[in-house]
Amino acid sequence: MRNVLKNPYAMVIGVALVVVVLYPLLPSSYYVRVAALAFINALAVLGLNVLMGFAGQVSLGHAGFFGIGAYAVAVGPAHLGTPSWAALPAGVVSAALIAFFVGRPILKLKGYYLAVATMGMGILFAMVVSNEANLTGGPNGMRVSRLILFGWSASGPPTWYWISGITLVIGAWIAVNLIESPTGRAFRAIHDSETAAHVLGVDAARYKLLAFVLSAVYASIAGSYFALFDGFVTPETTSFLRSIEFVVMAVLGGLGSILGSIVGATILVVLPQALTVFHDYEHIVLGALIIVFLIFLPAGIVPALRSLLQTRAS
Amino acid sequence: MSLLIVENLRIAFGGLVAVDGVSFAVQRGEIFALIGPNGAGKTTLFNIISGIYAPQGGRIVLDGEDVSGLPPYQLARRGLSRTFQNLQIFFRMSTVENVMVGRHLHEKRNVLAHLFALPSVKAQNRATRACAEKLLALVGLSAVADTPAGGLPYGALKRLEIARALATEPKILLLDEPAAGCNPTETEEVDAVIKKIAAQGIAVVLVEHDMRMVMNISSRIHVLDRARTLAEGTAEAVRANPAVMAAYLGGHGKREVHRAHA
Amino acid sequence: MRQGEAAVAEFLQFAFSGLTVGAIYALVALGFTLTYSAAEVVNFAQGEFVMLGGMVTVFAAAGGVPLPLAAVLAVVVAIAIGLALHRFAIEPARGASAVTLIIITIGASILLRGLAATFFDKNYHSLPSLFGNEPWHIGGATLLPQSLVVLAGAAIVVLGLSGFLTRTIMGKALRATAANKLAARLVGINTSAVIGLSFALSAAIGAIGGILAAPITLTNYDVGSMLALKGFAAAMLGGMGHPLGAVVGGVLLGVFEAFGAGYVSSQYKDAVAFIVILLVLFSMPQGLFGNSNVERV
Repeated sequence: MRNVLKNPYAMVIGVALVVVVLYPLLPSSYYVRVAALAFINALAVLGLNVLMGFAGQVSLGHAGFFGIGAYAVAVGPAHLGTPSWAALPAGVVSAALIAFFVGRPILKLKGYYLAVATMGMGILFAMVVSNEANLTGGPNGMRVSRLILFGWSASGPPTWYWISGITLVIGAWIAVNLIESPTGRAFRAIHDSETAAHVLGVDAARYKLLAFVLSAVYASIAGSYFALFDGFVTPETTSFLRSIEFVVMAVLGGLGSILGSIVGATILVVLPQALTVFHDYEHIVLGALIIVFLIFLPAGIVPALRSLLQTRAS
Repeated sequence: MSLLIVENLRIAFGGLVAVDGVSFAVQRGEIFALIGPNGAGKTTLFNIISGIYAPQGGRIVLDGEDVSGLPPYQLARRGLSRTFQNLQIFFRMSTVENVMVGRHLHEKRNVLAHLFALPSVKAQNRATRACAEKLLALVGLSAVADTPAGGLPYGALKRLEIARALATEPKILLLDEPAAGCNPTETEEVDAVIKKIAAQGIAVVLVEHDMRMVMNISSRIHVLDRARTLAEGTAEAVRANPAVMAAYLGGHGKREVHRAHA
Repeated sequence: MRQGEAAVAEFLQFAFSGLTVGAIYALVALGFTLTYSAAEVVNFAQGEFVMLGGMVTVFAAAGGVPLPLAAVLAVVVAIAIGLALHRFAIEPARGASAVTLIIITIGASILLRGLAATFFDKNYHSLPSLFGNEPWHIGGATLLPQSLVVLAGAAIVVLGLSGFLTRTIMGKALRATAANKLAARLVGINTSAVIGLSFALSAAIGAIGGILAAPITLTNYDVGSMLALKGFAAAMLGGMGHPLGAVVGGVLLGVFEAFGAGYVSSQYKDAVAFIVILLVLFSMPQGLFGNSNVERV
C-alpha cells in the first residue's frame, strides 16, 4: 500500500477519482459551479507552482496571463470575428509568446527584484486592459460569447465541471511527468542552487524561461475557461489582488506540491462561498489568513500533513 | 599539449585587484594544487576558470580552444567541472538526485517528451540513475542514495559534490577545498577519492589548505600570494622555497610538510 | 494669454502638482527605506499608514475631537499599528525568505484595508486646508496653499529624521543595526527594539503625509495600495535603503508622473510609476544612490 501511495501518479488518479465521484454527490447546480471554479483556479495555480514551487522563481503577476486567456476569448469573437474554439488556443499562444519575450529580461532578476518586476508587469497589463475601453469594455468589462463546438453550446455548470475537471487531471498528469523528468530535475536544481546547476551544464536561463512559459500556458487556459464559463470578463481577473490570491493558494497548499496547489485553490475558492455572511469581511479574512499561514505553516498544508503522517507511521 | 592553459589572468573588484597576471598549465591526469594564504585569490581564480566571473585580462585555453569568458554551462559541455568551497548542494533533492542532475549534459533534453511521459523518458531516468549510483559507490555514499541531501553530515556532502561534478564526465575537475572542515578520517576518504579520479585520467586542480594532503598527492604545486604567483614546482621544490615559507608555510607548515613525507 | 505664456503656465502647473504629490511619495518612500534598512523587509503595508493618517483624523474630528488633537491621535494610532505589525507579523516570521516576508506585508495591507472599510466607510473624505482654499496665482498657474504646507511638512519631517539619525543615541543605534545587524547585536544593541522603532517611525511619517495631503488628494480606505506601490517605485529609484535617495526618488517620481500625465497621456498616469520600477530594475537595480554589490560564491 505504501509503495502504491509513493508513486506520484497515484495522486493524479486520486484527483481523477475525486472529480468523478464528487459530481453525483453535489446537491445542486450552485455546488457544481463552485467545484468548477475550484478546478479552474487549481489549474492556474498548478502553473504558478511549476514556476515558483519547482523552479523557484517568484511571480506576483500571474493574473496577467490568466487575464490574457480570459480576454482572448472575449475580444477574439467580439472584435476579430474568430470563433471561441479558435480564440482559446490563440490566447494560449499569445500568453506563451508574451511570457517568452517578457521572461528573457525579467528572469535575470532574482528574489524580491523579480517579485517586484513581475508585479509591475502584471499591473501594467491590468491598466492597459482597464484603459482600452473600445477593445476590452474598460473597467466595466465585456460579455463573452459562449463556446460553440460542432453546433453544441458549452454552457452551464455541469458542462464546465467536466471540462475543467478533466483538464485539471491532464494538467496534474503533465506536472507529475515534468517533475519526474530531466527537465524537472533541472528546475529543482535551479531552485536550490542556480550556480551549481549552471556549473553542471544546466542552461539556467533557458529553463527558467521554460518554466515561465509553461506557467503562462496553464494560466491562459484557466483564464479562458473562466471567461467562457462566466459569460463575462472584467479587469478584476488580471488585477494585482488576483495575482496575490494565486500566490496565496500556491503557498497555502504547499509550494512544490502538485496536490498542494489543488488543495490551496479549493480552500480559497470554497471558503468565501461557505462564509457568504463574511462577504464584507472578505479582505479581513484573506489578509489574516495570509499572515497566519505564512508565519506558522510556511511550507504549506499538504507538506505539513505529509510529515505529520510520516512521523505517525515511524 | 596541455589540457588547461591559464595565461595572464587578471580581475579587479572596484579598486581591489584579486588576481594579477596569473599563468599556469595543467596536464592530463595530473593533480595540480593551488595553495596560498587566505585572500590570495585562489577561489576567485577558480571562479574565473569555471566561468562564473569573466576575466578582465588574459585568457583561458581548454583542450586547445580559447574559452575565456564563456558561461559555466558552456564550459561544462567542454569537459570542465568543479566543486564549491561553501557547499552548493541541492539540499531539497535526494543524494542520488543530486548526482543525477550532473548527468544533465548526457541526457536527451526533449521537453515535449518530458511533458507527456513518452516511453524514452523512463528508460532515460533508469540509465541516469544507474550511472549516478555507480558514482555514489565510488565516493562511498551508496547507503544514503535516497536520503534527502539536507540530512547528510558535512564530510558526506563534500564527497557528494565530487560525485556530482564527476557525473558530467569532465576532462578536468576543479576542487575548491574538498577537505575543508573535515576531520582526519573524512580527509583521508577525500584523499582516496581524488587519487581514484586522477587514476582515471581526469586532471584535478586542487585548492587546499591541508598541507599534508597537498604534499601527499600533488604532482605540481602553484603558490599564490596577494593575487600574484609566488612559486611553482614539485612538492619538494615548493616546500624548500624560502619565499613560500615566509609567506605561507612558516615554521608550522614546515613541520606539516615534513610529516607528509615521513 | 499668449501661446508662450500659456505653455509656461501649463509647465508650472504640472511642476507644482508634481512636486506636491512627489513630497507624499517621498514620505512613503522614506518609510520603506527605514524598515528596509533596519529589518531588510519591504513593507507593503506602508501605504496603509498614510491612509490611516487621513482616515483616523477625519473620523475622530467627525466624532467631536478638535482637529489638531484628531491629527495627533491619527499619528498615535498609526504608530500603534506599525508596532503591532512588527510584533505580530514580522517578528514571528524572522528567518523567512524575503519573498515570504513581502507577501506577509501584502497580507497585512489587505487586512488593514478591510478593517478600514469596515470600521470607517468606503467614501472619499476631505480635511480642511491649513491656510484656506483660495489658490494663489503664480506665472499663470494656480498653487494651493496646502501644497506648500505639504512641501514644508515633508521637509520638516526629513530634517527631523535626519537629525534623529545623526544626533540621538536611538538614531545611531538604528543606523548601526541597518549597517550590520549582527555586529549591532554584539555591541549590545537590542536590534529587535530598534526594528520596532523603525516600524513606528515609518508609520508616523506615513501618517503625517496622509494628514497633510488629505485636503488636496482626499482620503479613502483604498488610497494605501497605489501609494505603497508608487512610494516603493520612488524608493527603488533613489536606491533602497538610502534616505536621501528616497526623498529624491519621491520628488522625481511625482514630477515624472505629472509631466507624463500632462504631456503624454493622463489615462496612463498611474503607469509611470511601474514603468519607472521596470526601468530601474533592468538598468540600475541599485538605484540612483545605491552601490552595486558583487555576489560572492
